[in-house]
Amino acid sequence: MSSSLRDARIWGLAAQFTSPAEICAAAAKARESGYRWFDCHTPFPVHGLDKAMGLPYTILPVIVFFAGMTGTCLAIFLQVFTNALEFNIWAVVPVVGYQFEVSGKPLISAPAFVPVAFELTVLFAALTTVSFMLLLNQLPCLYHPVLKSPKMKRITDDRFMLVIEAKDPNFVRADTESFLESLGPERIVELEP
Amino acid sequence: MSLDGNRSDLRLGGLGPAVVVVAAIVGIGAAIATLVIDGMACSATFWKSYLLAFMAASGIALGALFFVMLQHVTKAGWSVTVRRPAEAIAGNLQWLWVLFIPILILVWTGRGAILFEWCDLDYMHSDHVLSGKLGYLNATFWSIRSIVYLASWALLAAFYRRQSLAQDRDGDYRRTMTMQWWAPIGIIVYAITQTFASIDWVMALQPKWFSTMFGVYWFAVCCTGFYASIILLLIFLRSTGRGADVFTREHFHDLGKLLFAFGVVFWAYIGYSQYMLIWYANIPIETAWFAPRQLGPWTWVSWLLILGHFGLPFVLLVTRWTKRWRGTLGLIAAWMVLMFLVDVYWLVMPTVPEAALMHATSWDQLAQQAAQGTLPLGWNPSILNLTALVGALGLLVAGTFFFLGRAALSPTHDPRLSDAMAFENY
Repeated sequence: MSSSLRDARIWGLAAQFTSPAEICAAAAKARESGYRWFDCHTPFPVHGLDKAMGLPYTILPVIVFFAGMTGTCLAIFLQVFTNALEFNIWAVVPVVGYQFEVSGKPLISAPAFVPVAFELTVLFAALTTVSFMLLLNQLPCLYHPVLKSPKMKRITDDRFMLVIEAKDPNFVRADTESFLESLGPERIVELEP
Repeated sequence: MSLDGNRSDLRLGGLGPAVVVVAAIVGIGAAIATLVIDGMACSATFWKSYLLAFMAASGIALGALFFVMLQHVTKAGWSVTVRRPAEAIAGNLQWLWVLFIPILILVWTGRGAILFEWCDLDYMHSDHVLSGKLGYLNATFWSIRSIVYLASWALLAAFYRRQSLAQDRDGDYRRTMTMQWWAPIGIIVYAITQTFASIDWVMALQPKWFSTMFGVYWFAVCCTGFYASIILLLIFLRSTGRGADVFTREHFHDLGKLLFAFGVVFWAYIGYSQYMLIWYANIPIETAWFAPRQLGPWTWVSWLLILGHFGLPFVLLVTRWTKRWRGTLGLIAAWMVLMFLVDVYWLVMPTVPEAALMHATSWDQLAQQAAQGTLPLGWNPSILNLTALVGALGLLVAGTFFFLGRAALSPTHDPRLSDAMAFENY
């Protein structure tokens, strides 16, 4: 906690590597050394990196499942409500739905409700997938300290960066720098907030 | 990258002949039992059971043939290792045509009416709709079509299997290019032949009825049978200690996804699409096919399909871990094979009580007759259904292990082999 106060001008330290294998090994060592607020920046998805970093599996599918089920229930409720509704509020206000009989079918006909239920399920699931993906990734992000330094530009080309943030409880400027040195990086970059 | 095709865990070894012999004895024994129980009478129940068994066995093999060609069309990397078992299942199409000869003989010798109503010319001439179909539904044209289907499947299955085995021997990457070049043509041939085969062999059981969705529905049936079967086959191979590095958790995950996509969701989508249009329009000539399936005992089979072929497996397969763990995936796949057989049974067996449907004054009246058992709905569960199915599926297992035993369990020199062995699901 006090470390971030001591190094108020530093957002974090980045170590630059030249290969996917190096960044995977470095991420595993950072996790083993007790760092939690660290991230890896690579030009392409590196297989096995999330495992090396110890990232938990995303919770997004569970959210999407329940969003989809919400869509299904809402669609069925909507159709039953508008088609076959008939009740009174306090025996005073009669409420009647738009009871439209189609080719002699009952007002509540399950087969006719399926397409709308299906579409609303897909709609809710799809919109939730996109919006919660953005939310969980904290996007859109208009400014990020990692992208400020020109020395970080090669993460979109051919270099792999391990960044340890200053807010990590284990972050002490000198110790973290020597830890990163011990990983054998190409160079170490200081990141301003 | 290449694999050593002689590695003991990539070979069936002594297991191959053992399974072939056991499965063949069970299959031929069940086939003989079918004939004996029937008293060599070749009754209507016998022929229905025979068609049921042939459709189930050929359905699984057809799903495999489609899978093999699909991998080449999409130039898939992940599936290279599981393609060889699929080629072995599809390889059965090289001999399955033999099982169709008795049906051809039945139709040629003029006794086909016991199975296909359209073989009864008096019946066909009695109705304007039916007599209009005689140009398509006649013994000569029907036989020619059937032979074309069976021949094209046998050729496609043989071509893909031979090319793949030859690549194991010479390691020539150009064989992959050849297979890819032919794959789109093969898929088109497959789409047309499989569609019309389902129309000629299953839909034509009720000559008056038609559904433009039926071929696609049969495709969904084939996919269900195949994906469930290959999962069981690979789990069996892994349980004997074979192919640990080629049939990985990732492959089971992906095959589970395909079973979920094609066998559960796509099947329900197509089945529902077919049902809804007919239900909405409510035209007697179309609803006549669904009527017996919603009457009497067939009602429960229909509900079993909706809940057991869609509802339950949807919930079980939608999550990730059930597909990645062989224990749960195996149980679900075994259940889906059962549901696949129930589905084929549901398609082949019910008959339409045409006279009763025409004279019924209300649905309730029909339901009452069905409850009393006075409607000829074709509900006739017989031991013959079971023995015929065991016979055909036993031969299918024997054939599959025969083909599996003739080569390594995975392609050994495919140019995309390393993709298949290293890929991971995210």
